[in-house]
Amino acid sequence: MLIAIASGKGGTGKTAVATALACALARTGLSVACLDCDVEAPNAHIFIQPDLVHRKPVEMLIPHVDANLCTGCGECAKVCQFHAVVVLGGKTLVFPELCHGCGSCTLVCPEGAIKEVPRVMGILEGGLSPDGINFGRGVLNVGEPMAVPVIAQLKKWRDLMDAEMVILDSPPGASCPVVESIRGANFVLMVTEPTPFGLHDLRQAYDLTRELDITAGVIINRDGIGNSDVEGYCREVGLPVLLRIPLEREIGEGLAQGKTLLEIHPEYEVTFRNLYTQIAEKIAQSAVIDGVQ
Amino acid sequence: MKQLVILSGKGGTGKTSIAAAFAHLLSLDGVPLRAVFADADVDASNLELVLAPRIIIREAFRGGLYAEINWEICTGCGLCKEVCRFDAINARSMPKFHQQMSHHYPESGMSGVQIQNLPLVDPIACDGCAACYYQCPEGAITMQDQIVGEWCRSESRYGPLFHAVLHPAQENSGKLVTLVKQQARLLAMDENYDLVLVDGPPGIGCPVIAASSGADLALIVAEPTTAGVHDMYRVLETANHFNIQTLVCINKADIYPASAAEIEAFCRERGIQVVGKIPFDLAVTEAMVQGQPVTLYAPSSPSSQALREIWSKVGAILQTEGM
Amino acid sequence: MKLAISSHDGKFDTPISDRFGRCRQFVFVETETGNWQAKLNPASVTRGGAGAQVVQFLADNGVEATISGRYGPTALTALEAAGIQAYIATSGTPASLSEKFLANELAQVNTAKD
Repeated sequence: MLIAIASGKGGTGKTAVATALACALARTGLSVACLDCDVEAPNAHIFIQPDLVHRKPVEMLIPHVDANLCTGCGECAKVCQFHAVVVLGGKTLVFPELCHGCGSCTLVCPEGAIKEVPRVMGILEGGLSPDGINFGRGVLNVGEPMAVPVIAQLKKWRDLMDAEMVILDSPPGASCPVVESIRGANFVLMVTEPTPFGLHDLRQAYDLTRELDITAGVIINRDGIGNSDVEGYCREVGLPVLLRIPLEREIGEGLAQGKTLLEIHPEYEVTFRNLYTQIAEKIAQSAVIDGVQ
Repeated sequence: MKQLVILSGKGGTGKTSIAAAFAHLLSLDGVPLRAVFADADVDASNLELVLAPRIIIREAFRGGLYAEINWEICTGCGLCKEVCRFDAINARSMPKFHQQMSHHYPESGMSGVQIQNLPLVDPIACDGCAACYYQCPEGAITMQDQIVGEWCRSESRYGPLFHAVLHPAQENSGKLVTLVKQQARLLAMDENYDLVLVDGPPGIGCPVIAASSGADLALIVAEPTTAGVHDMYRVLETANHFNIQTLVCINKADIYPASAAEIEAFCRERGIQVVGKIPFDLAVTEAMVQGQPVTLYAPSSPSSQALREIWSKVGAILQTEGM
Repeated sequence: MKLAISSHDGKFDTPISDRFGRCRQFVFVETETGNWQAKLNPASVTRGGAGAQVVQFLADNGVEATISGRYGPTALTALEAAGIQAYIATSGTPASLSEKFLANELAQVNTAKD
């Protein structure tokens, strides 16, 4: 089973929830994998404390033009949708940061002057945590624009996705990195805060789950601040609120220090086991509905 | 005319709340700056929620090219599937795939096997690279664009605001961010504004790179938590990579004093100015609920006091000659 | 020789625009004759990869040197490939800067990092 943790707004507590859920489930004896798909700003390792013994560079194939064979015909520049290949002063230039690695220019070169070479844009790291969680994360190199290829490769790496339970900690927002992270999930758990910013961005995140046709539920974090508009919205669109975590100085300070929710409040181990039970029920319910249609 | 971008690395550190406070503070007497505002977080554009904007221009944003295959012409050779590097053709995990397939089946009179061989593009997975379009021997593929968002020019309480919404699941390569920022810059140049203030997105990837490009100064809003410090280092490195001068302020500074001290020590070592520390203050959220910057809603609150001091430093730096 | 100076309003006697890639217009100056002309920069509101596009535009217009306040790395790589010299100036008008150029008073940008 794949459960993705998303949010829309940043800083709502996705990683806190993802890591608590992963740890709680690992302690029940399930084989659990946790993937930190927030490759621009990965933080899950702080809480899970894995022994990152496995490493693999993330490479993208980019074109390399042999100047001796190149005639400057410009066919490569013509097909490139991203302005990554340009002919100037009779020379064909490649701008690696703009390249999407699609291979189109290489295919069209009439002189066979282009060959593809790997370029490292990030790294995958993985290992086991003290709780026995199979952990994996991707880290995008500073200066690199594209998170998606790193996330895509992380999800195919080693046997992470083979675990009985896979928890995916996704980045904030609702655009391509989030799509890449949550695609294929059985359930998306959206962590929000009961404030106008939280609500605004929750709508985006929820629309995303509709777009991808994935069952969703909400966790309200820092319950007690803001107003009740988020609760109202969830009721209105039929989004189940599966858990409320109160605004508490102790929780804020504990998370600040890198403690998991289970370390801060040990009773949360039961809470998160119950959360999982609710999620499993919701998944089963929506499978029934789909079957009927 | 100067350009200030507010960044963080980690999400939720308070960029937008601080941007809104700055917008309010620079409109007050004694601060001789006029600004245009740009909300560069097109995934989650929140600045409008606290600046009371009135939309005066709204434009559709087209982009997100995706391939469309004409099954009348397609011979099922499968070359498109071979060249696609983004798993966008016949990806079985695609929602509604079977729905579409079974919809086509009775109409075409094709066998089940033939249907399975027809290529079907997942527009969300499609990168828009057009490799399949150029390789298709039958010319059965066209590249479609679609409206993937919209951008607006608004009049806010404190000046013009440019903001945008990217529709969910769309590609955020930074193009819409660039457009929003560029519109703000052009207006600022046309009408002699002093400043473009860009409320940046979280992370370090293309939306952040697009938001920061051309900035004279980046203010990094750091959160004193283990995770926050980690991400602050990365966004600082990013700003450095693009040669942008940086300042740091620490928000919710009292959550984990040891972490705040770590940030200050790091900045001291690197010669980066820490322009202030804002304590955790519920007034910020209360102001947000009222749709106002905290400095307007609760001017005597601890956060407002800290923000006034921070702004006076940032404003002074922006007005320095040769900046 | 033909100079291109980044501009906002395309006038000969108003301050230059300090950004190269996305400036709204360029003022082209023929250094031998002093004749000048303003043209809109097609890369000004382009979606991505402005650096290469703007250099393509200048190369197509026979430009041999540019004057601007700040160049992005893509633009610098493209300028070098196109054989166009890039000069720095953060203030001045096209009028004053073309004179400074002729008097060799302007500094060139360091070439793009690899």
